[in-house]
Amino acid sequence: MKQLTINHVSRIEGHAKISIHLNDEGRVTSTQLHITQLRGFEKFTEGRPFYEMPGITSRICGICPVSHLLASAKACDAILAVKIPTAAHKLREMLHCAQFVQSHALSFFYLSSPDLLLGMDSDPAKRNVIGVIEKHPELARMGIELRKFGLQIIEGLAQERVHPSWVVPGGVNAPMQPQLRERLLSELPGAVASTQQALNFFKSAIASFQEEIDNFGTAPTMYAGTVDRKGSLQIYDGTLRFRNAEGAVVKEGIAAEEYSDYIGEASLRESYLKAPYYKPIGYPQGIYRVGALARLNVADRCGTPKADAELTEFRQRFGYPAHSSFLFHYARLIEVLYALERIGELLNDPQILNPRVRAIAGVNSLDGIGMIEAPRGVLIHHYKVNEDGGIVWANLIVATGHNNLAIGNSIQQVSEHFIDGTKLQEGMLNRVSAVVRAYDPCFSCSTHASGQIAMKIQLVAPDGTVLDELCSR
Amino acid sequence: MPQTISIRIDGELVSALQGQTILEAAKQAGKYIPTLCYFEGLSAVGACRLCIVEVAGTDKLLPACTTPVQDGMSVTTTSPKLTQYRRIALELLFVERNHVCAVCVSNGHCELQNLATSLGITNMRHWYNYPNLPVDLSHKRFVLDHNRCILCTRCVRVCAEVEGAHVWEITERGISSRLTSGLNQPWGQVTDCTNCGKCVQVCPTGALAEKGWAVEEMVKQNDNISGLAHRKGGQ
Repeated sequence: MKQLTINHVSRIEGHAKISIHLNDEGRVTSTQLHITQLRGFEKFTEGRPFYEMPGITSRICGICPVSHLLASAKACDAILAVKIPTAAHKLREMLHCAQFVQSHALSFFYLSSPDLLLGMDSDPAKRNVIGVIEKHPELARMGIELRKFGLQIIEGLAQERVHPSWVVPGGVNAPMQPQLRERLLSELPGAVASTQQALNFFKSAIASFQEEIDNFGTAPTMYAGTVDRKGSLQIYDGTLRFRNAEGAVVKEGIAAEEYSDYIGEASLRESYLKAPYYKPIGYPQGIYRVGALARLNVADRCGTPKADAELTEFRQRFGYPAHSSFLFHYARLIEVLYALERIGELLNDPQILNPRVRAIAGVNSLDGIGMIEAPRGVLIHHYKVNEDGGIVWANLIVATGHNNLAIGNSIQQVSEHFIDGTKLQEGMLNRVSAVVRAYDPCFSCSTHASGQIAMKIQLVAPDGTVLDELCSR
Repeated sequence: MPQTISIRIDGELVSALQGQTILEAAKQAGKYIPTLCYFEGLSAVGACRLCIVEVAGTDKLLPACTTPVQDGMSVTTTSPKLTQYRRIALELLFVERNHVCAVCVSNGHCELQNLATSLGITNMRHWYNYPNLPVDLSHKRFVLDHNRCILCTRCVRVCAEVEGAHVWEITERGISSRLTSGLNQPWGQVTDCTNCGKCVQVCPTGALAEKGWAVEEMVKQNDNISGLAHRKGGQ
């Protein structure tokens, strides 16, 4: 028996290590995903004024700081016990949609398209975004433009692309400028067209990935995501809904403050990443997935015309709910379309330029919970403060954590299907990395880790000796 | 009427009044000397060493805010040596406590940060001290974050010399020195505090701030405090 180690998994956010145990015949017996860092935000924020939390916790991530910023600001709104002004609510949602566009574009075009466009078995030295630019310059440019558009909206609204300070407890600190609205309205159709082109390209190419679709984490699980009152996709301010593997709604209308009745967190021996589970069913049977695919499985519809048309086609092709984690890529592109359409709706909203954007208040509640859909799934910030507003306790349930169990299972499935220890090839291990990438995990966020973005796979013999190790960067 | 004397600042002959400090004379002559603990209208304490200058005839670097002018004195305000020592003074302030600009309410409006930028400080040559310091949130309107305090004592002086309330003092010695309110009580329990907020407005960093402002939002309004101090008979 052997052990394979992938250390580190490349093209993901944060560090991960995978151990794959093989028997004497070279077949996979077991796999483990190790998240090897701890960030400690929950601990070192103790004592800080609660209103500093959006600024501090957004530093958890440089890819989707807006998600943490918004979840944290919502938790602070709850501590202020205010209803934020309508314009602020809509501006925050627009910022969040822009975040979806840039983050999903990053995941699809920069991180995963090398596998999808150049092939899982292509030369690892060229299997990166530069390789994509050489071979598919048109598509690469589209991806870069799309991400730029998302970032420009964030910069336009919040003055900074990364870690803006515009979102504050009680709302936002400045209204939207009419010139920005005009500019974005003129640029929006181009971004929508690019997304549709990318979707068409992906739909035509997906047939060649049938083996991946059939084996990339296809085990049915429950799904969790937030929806609005009508059951449509809502990424900024919905309530949580769980749908089971057969497609039935298990529970819906879960407000942020009720999360702990439904979500439990298990600690794992081999990883710093906790494993949330659906409490009424228990651990580990209460496994569920979050993120783009889960959201499209959970929601009845997107709620915008173009995205809904794509969602209908998606469901016709892959069923409802669709279980293969490979389809996260597809779902992400549909969500980019949804986010762009939603930005259009918000830009045309008569309230959007209203200068009343901030509610001022002191500490009116000693407990505050904020819940939103980050690009990678449900994100919950929970703070407890003392009478003076100092943080006494904090809990962050980050999107990637919810998928921890599912990622583990998917690694097992992909390893069993693709890895043959008797004739080991790099492409086999790349598929193991690729299934992790399909979830677009942000381990640096979810464990609060620092360092380079990388992953490692280890091949371990029955006696425990490491026979092979793949470090990719 | 004080006697008028002549001194040279950076080689230029300027007139000054007997009893003025080098800093006052330089300001009057339109010369810039960086300062941090100095605040016009409050007594000068020479604590931060940012305003050090070279004076011909002495090897010592002298703080411009507390050194009186003398007839015929020749002062240099800018030189590689001064820049080096000013940087050292600032770097030691930065490493002593936890100055995390990115998440600070005063980011972008901070005198400490501005000085670091103007002196070209991009990184620290010493290990950070990372002390475990508390945040006093007990006051209804204001907050004291010891992590961001540089012990310039502007708050101590403005409270004593202008407001007359004497809420602030420095306790302990050396590296253990801390700003303290009342009889070492939480700020919110100090009955002498008039809630005027002058200490907050003169604080050069985010150590004293109004409550509720998010990152980058605390802009200090202290233009009128010097005028008020002058009317009270301050320096």
